[in-house]
Amino acid sequence: MRWHRLAAIVRKEILQIRRDLPSLLITVAMPLLLMLGFGYGVSFDIRHIPVYVYDRESSQQSQDFLKRFQASEYFNVMKTVDNYQAVIQALDAGACRLAIVIPVNFSEQLKTGGPVSVQALIDATDNNTANVSISYSEAVVQTYNQQIQLEWLQRHGQARLQPPLKVDARTWFNEDLESTANIVPGVVAIIMAVIGSFLTSLTIAREWERGTMEQLVSTPVTPLELMVGKLVPYFVIGLLDTALCAGMAIWWFEVPFRGQWSVFFLSCTLFLIVVLSLGYFVSVVAKSQLAASQAALIATFLPAFLLSGFIYPIDQMPAVIQVTTHLIPARYFMTIIRDVFLKGTSLPLLLDDLLALALFAVLLTILATRAFQKKLS
Amino acid sequence: MSAAISTSELTKRFPGVLAVDRLHFEVHPGEIFGLVGPDGAGKTTTLRMVAGVLTPDSGSATVAGCDIIHDPEAAKAHISYMPQRFGLYEDLTVDENIHFYADVFGVPRTNREQRSRQLLDAAGMDQFRTRLAGKLSGGMKHKLGLVCALIHRPRVILLDEPTNGVDPVSRRDFWRILYSLLQERIAILMSTAYLDEAERCHRVALLHQGRILFCETPAELKTHIRGAVLSVISPEPRRVRAALGGAEGVLNALLVGDGVHLVVDDAASRIPELRTRMQAAALPFDRLEEVAPTIEDLFVAATSETDGSRT
Repeated sequence: MRWHRLAAIVRKEILQIRRDLPSLLITVAMPLLLMLGFGYGVSFDIRHIPVYVYDRESSQQSQDFLKRFQASEYFNVMKTVDNYQAVIQALDAGACRLAIVIPVNFSEQLKTGGPVSVQALIDATDNNTANVSISYSEAVVQTYNQQIQLEWLQRHGQARLQPPLKVDARTWFNEDLESTANIVPGVVAIIMAVIGSFLTSLTIAREWERGTMEQLVSTPVTPLELMVGKLVPYFVIGLLDTALCAGMAIWWFEVPFRGQWSVFFLSCTLFLIVVLSLGYFVSVVAKSQLAASQAALIATFLPAFLLSGFIYPIDQMPAVIQVTTHLIPARYFMTIIRDVFLKGTSLPLLLDDLLALALFAVLLTILATRAFQKKLS
Repeated sequence: MSAAISTSELTKRFPGVLAVDRLHFEVHPGEIFGLVGPDGAGKTTTLRMVAGVLTPDSGSATVAGCDIIHDPEAAKAHISYMPQRFGLYEDLTVDENIHFYADVFGVPRTNREQRSRQLLDAAGMDQFRTRLAGKLSGGMKHKLGLVCALIHRPRVILLDEPTNGVDPVSRRDFWRILYSLLQERIAILMSTAYLDEAERCHRVALLHQGRILFCETPAELKTHIRGAVLSVISPEPRRVRAALGGAEGVLNALLVGDGVHLVVDDAASRIPELRTRMQAAALPFDRLEEVAPTIEDLFVAATSETDGSRT
């Protein structure tokens, strides 16, 4: 590797990047938009489920019961209707996901101690929301039951009865159980994968398309010099984008950053090398900017989105898929970035994942260098 | 004096076509050697193999003392190859393009400025140094391509149809620069589809279907055309060729774009005869005149000669 040739490629790439204003804008705008889109758009928190109520009794007691739904942050009582037809219509139209129907003799039956059935109609097209609706409703009913039982016991001379068993839960790492805290660091990883591979997917293909490659391969430039020279400027851009995303995660989405910056920087460096080399490799093989950028997008975005543990926890996947995820570099980076952000895990515990990333970085740079032939085919 | 370029039995096959067939030629330092032939004759393929960017199927080639097939990288430091779509970066300025190639070839900064000024002066481009290459005229781009190719003082220059589509002024500059290089004992191998370009070379090889038909000086090459070439511009070239092909004194008749080229033994006497003949046969034609022979005329003459079937 000769310094003067490497420097020549680096200088040329920087000049070209500087002159290509639209692409430069994309490198700033794309991470910003993706951060906002994913940060706000992808959320697993289910709150404010729209609820309709049909109170057939309209007694003080039934109102008291329904207030508990209103009080819960998980439900949002939209409307009280006075006939069954309206309930059905609301569910059909998607105006509500849950409808509570209180029977006519609600308070009367409660007084006699007999079981009262409150009907809950649930739109289960989205099974996840439906499940959450059921369990939250049950929780509301459960507390209400306890209160009634307690009052009954107190009226009959028993004071201060405690439930025999209770779970004392302390949530670690993400104390408020906010899915943002889990998702946003993952979004940073996905954006890095997409941007990194996109940037380099254009470089070699552009030279073939513009006809400059034929002359370039007739010079003494080596494939290694060409690859390193083209990757260095994009590596710097990739790091700046990463800093931008991490900054947004911390100061905009208020995700805690508990780890060491050095570990974060090291893992980002390795992951960037992986995705930049992958984009470069695709560019070498495809020889067309359009094909290369699309292939790079598919090769990085889909695995990073589906198989890295970003959305679906890897240990919940079928065994075959679980094995496959080991071939996805984003998987290791996803673990590292989440742990560094939320757990503040230090280097020794992340060593396995870092080594896996380093291995991928080495393999992909070798692959990318080897794939480039200084020949016309 | 050993040859700067020497090929032997150089062969390249593409699916369904033998592009270059056992080529043998030598180019000496201080010589401009032209590969002449119509499109598809194998000129570009030959240049690419000599430049070390295309691997031949068989045969050997030595460039600047290095085996270009087994060790192409060693030779590349001494070669300058200017492809048809030469490698200018249109989003870089004239100076930046020159500096890029100077860096790639490791030209020391001290020599670089003097060399590039000298070349740009010769190209008449000194005032365009900060202009983006993409904003240059076609002729300017070609000259800049040549300047970039020459910045590192190569020993061998390979030019693929370098003056194709270049205005006459730029073409003159181009040739002046090329001739000035010969004092530096540089060997130049270029391809062209134009006979007037070929005439500026010291020696030319006429390529046909990947084979060299003749390898000689341009003057010798032209002797293959006995007599003169007449051009008949006519809306019905096929009828003209049928009517005049066998006429007395017509050695050859070739369909060209908008008419017919006739090779005749004597232009002065045959023009009136042929004109009368066409008028008698009521053949429509716009013009009948003597023209400079084109590569196709030479080519037809040469191929019919080698086929042994003179008209």
